[in-house]
Amino acid sequence: MDLLNALVALLNYIIVPATAYGAQLAIGALGVTLIYGILRFSNFAHGDTMAFGTMVTILFTWWFQSMGLHLGPLPTALLALPFGIIGTSLMVLATDRAVYRFYRRKKAAPVILVIVSMGVMFIMNGIVRVGLSLGALGLTADGGKSVRGTDDVNFADGARFVITAGDFKTWTGLTEGLAIRSTQVLTIVTAIVVVVALFWFLNRTRTGKSMRAFSDNEDLALLSGINPERVVTVTWIIVAALATTAGVLYGLDKSYKAFTYFQLLLPIFASAIVGGLGSPLGAIAGGFVIAFSEVTVTYAWKKVVVYALPDGWGPDGLMQLLSTDYKFAVSFVILIIVLLFKPTGLFKGQSV
Amino acid sequence: MTAPLKNVILYAIMVLLLVGTGLTQGWNLALTIFNMGLISAIMALGVNLQWGFAGLFNIGIMGFVALGGLATVLVSMPPVPEAWSAGGGRVLAGLVLGAATVGAAVLTYGRLRGRARTFGVLAVLIGGFFLYRYVFDGGVAAVEAVSPASTGYLGGLGLPVLLAWPVGGVLAAGAAWLIGKTALGLRSDYLAIATLGIAEIIIAVMKNEDWLARGVKNVVGIPRPAPVVPYEVDLQKSPEFLANAAAWGLDPTNASTLYVKLMYGILFAIVLVILLVLMQRALHSPWGRMMRAIRDNEVAAEAMGKNVTARHLQIFILGSAICGIAGAMMTTLDGQLTPGTYQPLRFTFLVWVMVIVGGSGNNFGSVLGGMLIWWLWVEVEPIGLGLMSILTSGLPDGSAVKDTLIDSAAQMRLLTMGLVLLLVLRFSPRGLIPEK
Repeated sequence: MDLLNALVALLNYIIVPATAYGAQLAIGALGVTLIYGILRFSNFAHGDTMAFGTMVTILFTWWFQSMGLHLGPLPTALLALPFGIIGTSLMVLATDRAVYRFYRRKKAAPVILVIVSMGVMFIMNGIVRVGLSLGALGLTADGGKSVRGTDDVNFADGARFVITAGDFKTWTGLTEGLAIRSTQVLTIVTAIVVVVALFWFLNRTRTGKSMRAFSDNEDLALLSGINPERVVTVTWIIVAALATTAGVLYGLDKSYKAFTYFQLLLPIFASAIVGGLGSPLGAIAGGFVIAFSEVTVTYAWKKVVVYALPDGWGPDGLMQLLSTDYKFAVSFVILIIVLLFKPTGLFKGQSV
Repeated sequence: MTAPLKNVILYAIMVLLLVGTGLTQGWNLALTIFNMGLISAIMALGVNLQWGFAGLFNIGIMGFVALGGLATVLVSMPPVPEAWSAGGGRVLAGLVLGAATVGAAVLTYGRLRGRARTFGVLAVLIGGFFLYRYVFDGGVAAVEAVSPASTGYLGGLGLPVLLAWPVGGVLAAGAAWLIGKTALGLRSDYLAIATLGIAEIIIAVMKNEDWLARGVKNVVGIPRPAPVVPYEVDLQKSPEFLANAAAWGLDPTNASTLYVKLMYGILFAIVLVILLVLMQRALHSPWGRMMRAIRDNEVAAEAMGKNVTARHLQIFILGSAICGIAGAMMTTLDGQLTPGTYQPLRFTFLVWVMVIVGGSGNNFGSVLGGMLIWWLWVEVEPIGLGLMSILTSGLPDGSAVKDTLIDSAAQMRLLTMGLVLLLVLRFSPRGLIPEK
């Protein structure tokens, strides 16, 4: 029996990865929930907005790398992130002008806006694939290394680990190692900064307050002289920043692939709904609930259990509840359970 | 221009597009597009039933289509006796145990109150899960060990494949009942996410449960609906067919492929016509009027004594069943089940484009949308490729820019579909053939 090693294994395989993943989902879900609160529709193009932001950031990263710009131990993508956010903001604002505004003025039913966002999703799916391969032509260090739009792209550079498993073992003398990757630390630090900044903005600034007022009661907000177009513009810019950040963090932690980002839609929506659509606090809670349950249910618990039990009591099997391919099922089941017992989500969201 | 005349012209344009494809790119491709177009039209009919008649927002079509495909394997493939004797019984026992666990949990939930309920349900679920996994896993391992390269699954029932089409509908209907029972009372967005999720789960199950239908190892060689659709080799041996082919001035290989595709096309067209007649009858019956009344104003319909939730459940099941039938037909046409190829963009969102473009609420519109969008989906790639070749003709061969541009033509498909959807929604939101 070796509880210390069991604890380290638990940290290494579950708590650290799930926290990073949860932070990524939370930032993604914040974007979905803001759109829902202010523009009042479920934006199916959100996964592809994340992909677009990440693609722009990757292109800038390649450009900086080809110029020899580096941030030392930090990934170059961090330097490119503001440019990615600007690019994505311009893109979503253009989309809003060209597509969504028409339906907003017509006061179309939310479900029509959802279908419209499906059209945007298709277009984004095409653009991110073509954009990546075209950008790779001019910007990669070896000039014209062929990157296909559907490829898996790894754009993380800088130091890989904050603590490696080997170092940890020599420091502590434990048999079980704890590896913390720099991208995981980066994700969590960025998430905290983003969330604090967002809540400060929503609660303390005039624009943020007008956004909340608009979300709570559109008619009253309009009567008190809030300019709806301004609220919508600010919302889109914030959503672009959140989506790009979430996408880049996820891409640094794992890798960038257009199709994977499209598939992230499901866990992100699950997070937003579990927390309560329209509630920013709920989105964060939902992200962590979904991430922790996905990781715990699909992790093979054998290692932890062998350490935790007295010698020789360990199980023969892998102790894996479900294979990792069923991770979508986990978010879905949690979603259904929450919806059945608490239809407005953990934190009371809106129900339109 | 009167509405019927416009519709006739639109359908005539569709025929012209197919004939044009046949003349320029070969009749083989034209028939392939036609057959898949018929199947797409049936899927669009199913979605139109849910969305156009009842306003239900289902984006899990892929899952129901895949269940139809699964039905084809379960019905038509020969059983694998070795696998059954190795662990078939144990797998079934495991599944029964799993179902019993869920049933017991529901019973416990109903009988107990307060804290006892929470602990009772948890105990039943956790105990049941481990018992289920113990029984089920052993069976699965035994089944999958039976010559994994060729079988490694339980096989089907060995029945005629045509029987799989209604069975596919029943499977999809069963899944729809489960989803509908839990998610239909909720808001429209929640139903959307729930269906999106269930579709992903169905695909995940089909990819991973090798004992069921070989997972990503695919099931190939699904029998054809013989004797209606014969095999090419048999046709090429038949003197009667060879004489006919010669009379038409076709070589035997080409003639046999065309004949097989034509036969599939006739079969699919029969199914489509039957469904279309039924749907038209439904649309113009009191039931159809009630459905549209519910769609347009749920509160008023409820006040008139209509049971909105029950009607929604009913139409959700019917629409999903139609998608299941289409899925079974598609797998029959392909002759193989490949769970890896089911992608939401292709099987869910594309069908939505079909319904919206065709005209939601109008059955003829959905059929036209299905055929037209499918034709466009196939043809965008060669058209894009041609455009790109013209655009890049000034560049030297083998240059990276040229390769990338030509490569990216394949991605133009998604972009075009999005553009078509947005343009139709903006300028003709009721579709090509609007609801009357």
